[in-house]
Amino acid sequence: MENKILLAHGSGGKLAHELVEKSLVKALANPFLAKLDDSAVIDFSGRLAFTTDSYVVSPIFFPGGDIGKLAVCGTVNDLAMSGARPLYLSLSFIIEEGFSQSELDEVVDSIRKTAGEAGVEIVTGDTKVVHRGSADKLFINTAGVGIIAEGVNISGSNAKAGDKVILSGAIGEHGIAVVSQREGLSFSTNLKSDCAPLGSLVAEMIDACPNIHCLRDPTRGGLATSLNELAKQSMVSIRIEEERIPLREEVLAACEMLGFDPLYVANEGKLVAIVPSKDADRVLKAMRKNRYGKNATIIGEVGAEKPGRVVMKTILGASRIVDMLVGDLLPRIC
Amino acid sequence: MKYISEFRRSELAQGLLSQIQRQSKTPVRFMEFCGGHTVTIFRYGIRQLLPKTIEMVSGPGCPICVTANADLDKAIALAQVPGVIIATFGDMLRVPGSRSSLQETKAVGGDVRTVYSTMDALKVAEDNPDNSVVFLGIGFETTAPTIAASILQAEEKGLKNYYVLSLHKLCPPVIKALLDWSEVKLHGLICPGHVSAIIGSHPWEFIARDYGIPCVISGFEVLDILQSVSMLVNQVENGKSQVEIAYRRGVRPEGNQQALKLMRQVFEPAPAQWRGMGEVQGSGLKLRKKYQRFDAELAFDIKSGPTSEPAGCICGDILRGVKTPADCQLFGKTCTPQYPVGPCMVSSEGSCSAYYFYGVSLGE
Amino acid sequence: MCLAIPALIKSIENKEAEAEIGGISRRISLWLTPEARVGDYVLVHTGYAINILDQREAEETLTLLRQIAQLEEEG
Repeated sequence: MENKILLAHGSGGKLAHELVEKSLVKALANPFLAKLDDSAVIDFSGRLAFTTDSYVVSPIFFPGGDIGKLAVCGTVNDLAMSGARPLYLSLSFIIEEGFSQSELDEVVDSIRKTAGEAGVEIVTGDTKVVHRGSADKLFINTAGVGIIAEGVNISGSNAKAGDKVILSGAIGEHGIAVVSQREGLSFSTNLKSDCAPLGSLVAEMIDACPNIHCLRDPTRGGLATSLNELAKQSMVSIRIEEERIPLREEVLAACEMLGFDPLYVANEGKLVAIVPSKDADRVLKAMRKNRYGKNATIIGEVGAEKPGRVVMKTILGASRIVDMLVGDLLPRIC
Repeated sequence: MKYISEFRRSELAQGLLSQIQRQSKTPVRFMEFCGGHTVTIFRYGIRQLLPKTIEMVSGPGCPICVTANADLDKAIALAQVPGVIIATFGDMLRVPGSRSSLQETKAVGGDVRTVYSTMDALKVAEDNPDNSVVFLGIGFETTAPTIAASILQAEEKGLKNYYVLSLHKLCPPVIKALLDWSEVKLHGLICPGHVSAIIGSHPWEFIARDYGIPCVISGFEVLDILQSVSMLVNQVENGKSQVEIAYRRGVRPEGNQQALKLMRQVFEPAPAQWRGMGEVQGSGLKLRKKYQRFDAELAFDIKSGPTSEPAGCICGDILRGVKTPADCQLFGKTCTPQYPVGPCMVSSEGSCSAYYFYGVSLGE
Repeated sequence: MCLAIPALIKSIENKEAEAEIGGISRRISLWLTPEARVGDYVLVHTGYAINILDQREAEETLTLLRQIAQLEEEG
């Protein structure tokens, strides 16, 4: 019979210790975890970026990734969006009683691989097991810290009129990859989630231009929501051109079928950068050298009139407003 | 994507716009009946690009928007019955009824599941034999045959737990009612493309013949809409009024006989409540006696409580083309996509939603 | 209303078909279009083919639109 996680695995006793040592410490092997202390103790100097996120994606395994990979990338990317070099992560599991041990091992392995690629260490964590029905299989929380170099000042409120807006690649892949697995919507596609750690991409961008104004990763709510957030935070307007936005045919096809607008579909391995106009080409060049920025392109620019508004020029040349996502993206017949 | 991308080519759009600019002399008001056409028009900013001689007004062709509160309340009441699973198209989830919405009902324990197709709903019924699965049958003649097919499939499979709440509407009767009320003078009608794929072009002929209004059956891509507007302008400038099919790749004059056959086998016309328009005879569909056992209205004792309309909401006037969202006191203030008061703001193809999202008065 | 997209039929089994559009594929029902064949393009609405797309008409419409574009440019 397949090994299952039991309530006892979360209770702090022998089974719990076994779970932590075998499935987590051993798998994620590093000096911090090996100490098994209550806290990781780290030497630090400089400006610290600190972020946290919880991951409740369903299904937990999807084309191109899983909840573990997402939990590392999401937090690593949030640090990167502040211009920080991601360093250390905490990792907390809330496991539903009855969850399969082998699936947990798979998730942990995915975390290990992704953390390795991202150059971060998991230094502390926690495991809880809850009654059947109290969690949807597995929830993960990660918190992360990173260090911001001197002179780097990236914030959603720094955009200035005349800046260029750069998008690192095609949109909508993660959202569509996940939705293709949902009950009631199933369709098959070669599309994979674009889930990826962007720390190295951002580091290379900052090398090319320390004066990047804004970075944002368009996750839930998609590109449209992120651009709106930036426009409001910086009190500027953002104008983009529909034709310039890279979009894969499969994403467009799935959106057409379900009635989604690709501008609102989630991404987990893309970023939007707002940079001074004179630096745009240099940043673009640096991005295109990185595997996660190969298709980077300038999609628009920042203006001063009508602050807070995002406007898109359609293929016909007319303009329309692009608002934030409201509610959830739901498949529609109309 | 084949047969989509080709109909979005901007250089071909310029040609059509140019043709329209050149030909249009008489001031006219055209209505696009179908919500899907409204979305294309707003998404591409077509209104801004047409000459000043052409005024576009949106019609009530949004099946979500025209579902009466009383009917939505029934669906919500059903969602609260223990053991019932509501299977619905995503469009209906956030629409506010008199007291609640399906989404809110789901949040407090109702089993409400979004599906893309009745095929998925049938699977839910097969996988949950101890539950009753009620499918919310909304939509026009495009969707009704698919619901009919699902009932016939349920019959074939011997499913005892599949039901349909039929809230389907038919287009030609309501267009006739609109024209009879003549609240808005129309000089041309863009007819729904996929409804016509099912019913053909003949059911629209009364509009051209008895009301003298030119009709063009249009597809949903930007080139389709522009071509249809051009054809309407052409009819107007030449004093013609007939039904033309612009969407020739999708619509045959006789429609889809098989789909009509299945629809008529399972459903019969019945009076229906249209939001903002009251009861329109023969504009709805109900299950025939032979298929009564699939009828959710008969299978469940639905206690939906008193119906109320949201105060200040002028969705009804907007649906009839008499007012625009800009005329509504609530628009953009107390009624927003995040906190919608009426369905025209919730539905992705409702006029209010289109105005809000695409910023209609953008003269850029 | 009525989102329907053109999809290519790749295979048929009983009254269902595997249809493909832009690299994604989905099982669809042919209950409303029993005469559809492999290689046909059909309009898919909520998982059902509601009509067979007339490819010849599609090409003719595009030709017409190209002619209009050309005439307008010259004129």
